Amino acid sequence: MNTRSAARRGAAVLGMALLLASCSGTTKDSADQGPAPAASGAANPAAPLKTGLKMTFLPKQVNNPYFTVVQQGGEKAAGELQAEFKATGPSDASASSQVTYINTAAQQRQDALIMAANDENAVAPALKTARQQGMKVVTLDSDVAADARDVFINQADSRDIAVKQVQLISEAVGGNGEIAILSATPNATNQNTWIEIMKQELAKPEYAGLKLVETAYGNDDDQTSFQKTQGLLQAHPQLKGIVSPTTVGLAAAGRYLSSSEYKGKVALTGLGTPNQLRAYVKDGTVGKFALWEPNKLGYLGVQAATALASGRITGAQGEKFSAGELGEYTIGAEGEVVLGPPTVFDAANIDRFDF
Amino acid sequence: MARLIRWESVLVLLLVVVAVVGSVRTGGTFLSGGNLFYLGLDIAEIALIALPLTLVVVSGEIDLSVASVLGLSSALVGTLWNAGWALELILPVAILAGAVCGAVNGLLVTRLGLPSLAVTIGTLALYRGLALVLLGDTAVADFPATFTQFGNTPIPGTQIPYPILLFAVLAIGFAVLLHYSSFGRSTFAIGANDEAARFSGIRVKRVKLVLFVLTGAVAAIAGIVYTLRFSSARADNGNGLELAVVAAVLLGGVSIFGGKGTLGGVIAGVLLLGGLRNLLILDDVSTEVLTVVTGALLLAGVLIPRLLGSRFTPAGRKT
Repeated sequence: MNTRSAARRGAAVLGMALLLASCSGTTKDSADQGPAPAASGAANPAAPLKTGLKMTFLPKQVNNPYFTVVQQGGEKAAGELQAEFKATGPSDASASSQVTYINTAAQQRQDALIMAANDENAVAPALKTARQQGMKVVTLDSDVAADARDVFINQADSRDIAVKQVQLISEAVGGNGEIAILSATPNATNQNTWIEIMKQELAKPEYAGLKLVETAYGNDDDQTSFQKTQGLLQAHPQLKGIVSPTTVGLAAAGRYLSSSEYKGKVALTGLGTPNQLRAYVKDGTVGKFALWEPNKLGYLGVQAATALASGRITGAQGEKFSAGELGEYTIGAEGEVVLGPPTVFDAANIDRFDF
Repeated sequence: MARLIRWESVLVLLLVVVAVVGSVRTGGTFLSGGNLFYLGLDIAEIALIALPLTLVVVSGEIDLSVASVLGLSSALVGTLWNAGWALELILPVAILAGAVCGAVNGLLVTRLGLPSLAVTIGTLALYRGLALVLLGDTAVADFPATFTQFGNTPIPGTQIPYPILLFAVLAIGFAVLLHYSSFGRSTFAIGANDEAARFSGIRVKRVKLVLFVLTGAVAAIAGIVYTLRFSSARADNGNGLELAVVAAVLLGGVSIFGGKGTLGGVIAGVLLLGGLRNLLILDDVSTEVLTVVTGALLLAGVLIPRLLGSRFTPAGRKT
């Protein structure tokens, strides 16, 4: 084979192709996106709840402690509803690694899939195909494109979370004084949404006594968050309280405060898991903090999947369904269901939670 | 040569075992058209990249940057799409960019005489870094359905995914190149002893450079397939995929020391790894066990041909 002439021929072909393509082609502007498929069929709220439904729970990755708790809630609901419930998933949380498991669930003729998506788009084609074959899809924790699932269970409304944190810090510092925020990374979408709403809340008259002096970023790294806490206290000697809307930051700040002269003088609150904060609640460093309960998320996911597979709901806005011990829920815009306001943990109730 | 055929027979036998056990364990689902379709999609990128990589390994070299080229190609497609380019223009440019990546690998190896293992570990990071510079952690997903269907739907009237048709065409091309052309004979000769190959008039550097360029171009094609299959252009697409491809090539009986291997063996290796993975997931085997089984199979794949080799190679040819 003469590589030189082959290369020359290849270059000529490529050049021709480029020339042709530049004349007309499919571009971002010319591409048609196609209509999104609507929810299928009509809901029958009186339909009997089916038993023996086969359900697959697909977390972002297996052996992730947070999703293990979500799974436990799902198992509980499946037990009550007499559904077959199993968990499976990839060992890495990369964008596309869940697709194999979605296809497998479709091949296994599962009635419903309950998943937390690693990527809102990469899993969408597989989900759409699976839905066409009759599988109901419920997303929780992290959503996908709205036309690729039936219902999305949102753990908490962003506003609820932000408002609750402002309430907690105001309470903790007695409504007066300098406060600071210790966040994750500067570009963390959910954190920034909360911080933005928190600032709006702080602008209200009832919080006039509170002054937000700094927003620090600990990058969701324990050591960095620890040092940022130290830095905040040195930079602002009058600091009365810190809000950390991330588990890593809250735990690191708790660790610093609990071993420093500021313990009991500087208030700390935010979002965290009971297991990581238990020690600091018991030693008085942290009074109250908040988070949603992941097991309730899984519980509600299985309840919604059962209602979908039984035909009680289709995912359309305004439909209502009963979710066992959690009561009744109404589906919001674009098939979204909000679990409810965040749970507040303190010394009185923290020992009831294990996650 | 006889020894290699024997290992391929072992692979084919294992494939039959997986197929039979699979259909018994899953009540026929494993061999159903629908499942085979997904299986085909699942292995598409690995299968594509394994083709040129087989030739690279036969020539005594390695390319660990393939998955990063895949990611760079995906990021480039997304970036140019956002910039308003036509897909008909973007796709050849992305393949060309992959070929350039391969050429950089090849030139560093052939002109500077650096070991390909070190060079491609370096470019593995470099190309992935460039992909991240291009697209950051964002995803581009608004590709038109006419293109994404290529990665998601079977050829009408069959259960064959389009990417597998593409693979079949390329596989024939690479099989002819490796086993029925003087270029292929040169590749084997270089892998067996590049010094001897050079003295017998083979243009060693030229052949190796061509192989790296081909690998880069095919990795970029795999990047396009990946992007269309998931309707998602991301810089981290295919992260870590290089190990799966190298694993499939070695399981397929290609000697990591060069000079020995067949494309048929590698295709059987890709099918075996993909089929076993599919079967175990379908059978609800846990992810931990899946990882253990895959690792054990790979060790067996490298170990057994070696054991067979020392037993079956005539005494006179032992080193």
